[in-house]
Amino acid sequence: MIDNKKTSAMSPEELSEKYEKTKESLDQLRGMLMPFLKAQYEKNRKSLERREKIKIFLIHLVIIICCFICIYPLLRIFSISLRPGDKLFSTDLSLIPDGATFSAYVSLLKNTNFLRWLWNSLVITIATSFIGVSLASTAAYAFSRFRFPGKKIGMIILLSSQMIPAGMLILPLFLMIMKMNLMNSYLGMIIAYSVSSLPFSIWILKGYYDTIPRSLEEAALVDGTSAVGAFWRIILPLSTPALSIAFLFNFTTAWNEYLVARVVLFSSQQYTWTLGLFELQGQYLTQWGMFAAGSMLVTIPVLIVFLYSSKWLISGLTLGSVKG
Amino acid sequence: MASVEFKNIVKRFKENTVLNGVNVDIKDKEFLVIVGPSGCGKSTLLRMLAGLETVTDGDILIDGERVNEYHPSKRNIAMVFQDYALYPHMTVAENMSFSLKLKKTPQEDIDARVKEAAATLQITQYLARKPQALSGGQRQRVAIGRAIVRKPKVFLFDEPLSNLDAKLREEMRVEIAKLHQRLNATILYVTHDQVEAMTLADRIVVMYNGKVQQEGTPMEVYSKPANLFVAGFIGSPTMNFLRGNAAVKGGKTEFISNDIKITLPASLLDPKTVKDGQEIVVGVRPDDISVDVPAKEGLTEALEGKLDVSELLGHRENLYIYIGETRVLANTDAVGRTPGDKVKVRFNYANMHVFDKATEKRISR
Repeated sequence: MIDNKKTSAMSPEELSEKYEKTKESLDQLRGMLMPFLKAQYEKNRKSLERREKIKIFLIHLVIIICCFICIYPLLRIFSISLRPGDKLFSTDLSLIPDGATFSAYVSLLKNTNFLRWLWNSLVITIATSFIGVSLASTAAYAFSRFRFPGKKIGMIILLSSQMIPAGMLILPLFLMIMKMNLMNSYLGMIIAYSVSSLPFSIWILKGYYDTIPRSLEEAALVDGTSAVGAFWRIILPLSTPALSIAFLFNFTTAWNEYLVARVVLFSSQQYTWTLGLFELQGQYLTQWGMFAAGSMLVTIPVLIVFLYSSKWLISGLTLGSVKG
Repeated sequence: MASVEFKNIVKRFKENTVLNGVNVDIKDKEFLVIVGPSGCGKSTLLRMLAGLETVTDGDILIDGERVNEYHPSKRNIAMVFQDYALYPHMTVAENMSFSLKLKKTPQEDIDARVKEAAATLQITQYLARKPQALSGGQRQRVAIGRAIVRKPKVFLFDEPLSNLDAKLREEMRVEIAKLHQRLNATILYVTHDQVEAMTLADRIVVMYNGKVQQEGTPMEVYSKPANLFVAGFIGSPTMNFLRGNAAVKGGKTEFISNDIKITLPASLLDPKTVKDGQEIVVGVRPDDISVDVPAKEGLTEALEGKLDVSELLGHRENLYIYIGETRVLANTDAVGRTPGDKVKVRFNYANMHVFDKATEKRISR
């Protein structure tokens, strides 16, 4: 260390000499240290890289295991649907069985009402989804933006209705639909379905609307829209992620529903595919090949809807509107 | 362009009275700034004019027409929000043309107006971008642009600069001043920043506790504050207040506190307006305190003080001085004094203010 008091008493020549000396010794020190530091740096870098590689490997491992667990049953069903009639109960685990054939698909389409059931399901599901989402989006808007008596209680009732198991609601639903004379009809099904998924959709949408700053609507009002206009032009376009989640939820629940359909529909002509496929299950003989083929076919619409709507599921759409 | 009148405006949220009989006039083409601390009701007043809040009592007139019940879209006003409130799913150009499209303005007109406003605000190169891709200052420009293209009767600004950093705020302040010169528009501007108010306004309205405290030109409000609140709120650094009593003897008035005794000449305070022994508050701005200067016409007697803290600001310095137990802040040319120094302090009579302590109203001339 250079002592300040000493330096102030030194002459300029002494000072510069001392400076040179100090500089020299510092350079020496640096020369000694640098190789060591470089080696340490290399070591650290390598171990960091290795750790990074292990991390990526572990992440992928978990993802691959999960994917496999999800896909395995699907592959089995696919393999079963391809088996020829005489090998239905084989324990063969190969994906494409010996003598693979599409005969189950052909006979499903030819000999049963499968297409009709698919059509019924499609009509009911699509109508349910659109009606459900439009009811939920407007109701949720009221819950999010307006003050009215019973607002809090309303939300709680909606939430608690979700806690009641669907099975318990079968009987009252049956009675209501019968009183409305809507048994065995599309309309009865659509009403039952779209109403039952409303609470979930309203909660999802209300939560999303709450994150949209109010000043956006106020700006729209001042810019000259009506209240409805502000909802339509500003809130709805910004809510597409939540709207598509609500839509997907409505779609999948209605598409896969069995219990309510079992109660409301009773003619084979009106069956949805869930009921229809169980038609194939006889007391003495279950046509597993056709059953599997049907199961494969009904995943197609859901797959399309999911793939299409995934592009709307981008969150962060409101970024940049206001200072955040 | 248009004039605006607020007549006896009252606003209550349940039992909570936010505005209590507010009367404000905005003349045609005037830049009026309402300034006050947060919670004083200034934003509520602005939002009532926009139609975003209901009016509990009183009338709002635009060009003499009562608009209390008009829907916001029917009032022909444009508003710039504190948080910009840009539509995130639209580009800058779409944001700016939104209101014109609603009015079914022909597309050529819309394009021309958007182009013109964008050029004025220097945002032409961003027209195709979404708000997300803009910086805070640019977003604020777009928000202003959205207001300009409409050519409204009245512009409303709700604390438009409070979200910007200090440097940008200064820049935008100048821009808004220039904009007012160019547009020649009626503007109602709400802020809690007295610097913005002083620099931008044709006229200032100071609000506090749901009431108008004073209105006038920036100079009037600064040099003749109507009460203690205005005196303390306008001006930076804050005015010094000395609390004590008046002593009136044979036509001569004095201010006396435990630590300070100064003469109040008739040019400052009419002896008839005070009683002997009345509790008064004397206000003097830091700029009007001289330190270590010889006796001079227009200055008070010298007061002995001790320098507590000095803050060097460059060519000026803030001196916190104890006169007995009373601490005052003086802002003088920097000479590099050291804390603990004994100093002689004199106040400038021309810019002193005397207030009655009970009513808090100004009693000096």
